[in-house]
Amino acid sequence: MNLATKDIKHNFGRFSLTSAGIGLLLMVVMGMGGIYRGLVEDATTLVERIGADLWVVQKDTRGPFAEISRIPRDLEDRVLPVPGVKSAHGFVSHTVQRVYKGKPLRLTIQGLSWPLDKGLWLPITAGRGLSQAHYELVADKSSRLQVGDNLALGKEIFTVKGLTKGMTSQAGDSMAFMTLDDAKAVQFDLSPESIRIERAARVNRLFDIELGQIQPQMSERAGGPNSGIPALGTFMISAVLVRVKPGYNIEAVAKQIAAWPDVSVYTKDGQKQLLLTGNVDRARRQLGLFRVLLIIVSAIIMALILYTLTLDKLHDIAMLKLIGAKNSVILGLIMQQAILLGCIGFCIAYFLGQWIFPYFPRRVVLVRSDLYSLAIIVFVISILASLLGIWRAMRADPGEVLA
Amino acid sequence: MSLFKDNLVLQAAGLTKIYGSGHTEVVAVRDVTVEVNRSEIVALLGPSGAGKTTLLTLLGLIRPPNTGRIAIEGTLVFDNHRAKVDVRRFRRQKLGFVFQKTNLIPFLTAAENVRLAMEIDDQRPKVSRKRAMELLEYLGVAERAENLPSMLSGGEQQRVAVARALANRPSLILADEPTGSLDGVRGRQVMELFAKVAHEQNAGVIVVTHDHRALDVFDRTLEMEDGQLRKSHN
Repeated sequence: MNLATKDIKHNFGRFSLTSAGIGLLLMVVMGMGGIYRGLVEDATTLVERIGADLWVVQKDTRGPFAEISRIPRDLEDRVLPVPGVKSAHGFVSHTVQRVYKGKPLRLTIQGLSWPLDKGLWLPITAGRGLSQAHYELVADKSSRLQVGDNLALGKEIFTVKGLTKGMTSQAGDSMAFMTLDDAKAVQFDLSPESIRIERAARVNRLFDIELGQIQPQMSERAGGPNSGIPALGTFMISAVLVRVKPGYNIEAVAKQIAAWPDVSVYTKDGQKQLLLTGNVDRARRQLGLFRVLLIIVSAIIMALILYTLTLDKLHDIAMLKLIGAKNSVILGLIMQQAILLGCIGFCIAYFLGQWIFPYFPRRVVLVRSDLYSLAIIVFVISILASLLGIWRAMRADPGEVLA
Repeated sequence: MSLFKDNLVLQAAGLTKIYGSGHTEVVAVRDVTVEVNRSEIVALLGPSGAGKTTLLTLLGLIRPPNTGRIAIEGTLVFDNHRAKVDVRRFRRQKLGFVFQKTNLIPFLTAAENVRLAMEIDDQRPKVSRKRAMELLEYLGVAERAENLPSMLSGGEQQRVAVARALANRPSLILADEPTGSLDGVRGRQVMELFAKVAHEQNAGVIVVTHDHRALDVFDRTLEMEDGQLRKSHN
């Protein structure tokens, strides 16, 4: 006869509610772990999926994600002839925040080096990739944009042509992919008035120096568009993504490019490391700490619940002792209930989480190894939590029954 | 160690129980000697605070005496405060308890309450199930076997408690005011039941009671006062 299950059956409502409470608590613990994993995955997903072997960025920066990197676009052309380089694409990344359909919309814009990169590597779940050089974008479905939606960015209207799944930035913002030129146009978009003011300022600066006084006809060029001023150079991009030919040593190619005095080079793993030890590290550690605290809180709450459940049964336990029940019978009653409470709580947490986590604003990634670890932790805290109740039960005086 | 005659199930000699110490010291039981034969039903009478329940806790091996010796079926269990055997196992196998409040486990049915006493003594469920039903039938509550205690009347609960006390074929049954919560008619029925059990099951029975209306069912009465046995009537 199993006393634990008999007691649970008799007090089913109370046990169910207690299990539900423990389940909700464990769901928070599980969710916290999932957010922690999601943070790591968000931070590394682009680096992982974009398929670049090397990231060439501005000298002595940890760009383009950990800090700003600006390099000239023609760096692509310099990288391409390096022995072992299969392809070199420019890359731009920046975040915009707009109001769309009355709600704030944050997008991390990733510029793809059209026409070499049409985003075929993207995990497209609806629509298609980019098929023209301008005014198209592929957005992650977490942005809530739909295929066919039109979005005003800069001076242009972009049409959503495809949707991806799971492409969010380290900050949790949805990614949007467009051509490099469009991404730059969005990034450096200025109002006509700003352009006019800048051009006028340029003319004034020209006359402040000797050159303007000697060659006043230059003012016409200085007051014109940027493209007419060779001194301004090509526009800047964030990084150049390099693929190495099969058979070549990635480290060796990286070393060769890194020898140039104007760039720094990171391998894929190096870039991931930068992201994990830089931007997300503090958040990651904070979440980890919260998780530990929540586990401790869960253990304490479980211990108190089990202690209270034991107190409620103290008279019955004294009675069991009086009629000669062995300690193992009493210990089994409390410990089996504790383990059952933990197991049911864990199952509630898992199934409820499967249902609720997709609605969380940040990605929650449940990793099997984490779930196994949590299951073991729950099992251990169930046993530890029951110790307080067992201690009280062992002190129950069978003589109390006669009192 | 066999110390006693075969027909004695209980012999307690020179029992003293003291609670507290110094100026808070209370002598609850003082130099009490009791013997109970097989098939004998003994009433333990006395006013409140006389020490009846304390004596029962000593005889029931629930608490050790400060001084004195207790032997059950010829085996010395307590020699002064020292236990000579596994007391809990001894309680399980040799003693049966019935109380004023029936103290049935509320989440077990009547039959399960009876089975529990056997299964904690490692009896197989098949055996315990059969004996539980036999006992409930013997005590006239077989039809309530599957009911929880909360669904039984006071008298039915007391019968189930008696069935539980009899489950392991005890040598000695100790009852603490078992009719305290019953009316006169049902109280007498329960006392008669104890007499029947004592005679038919060959067990010694000690019943602590205030109820003088059913004293005729007892073979012997003992009266306690101020922790001492004052009188004994046959």
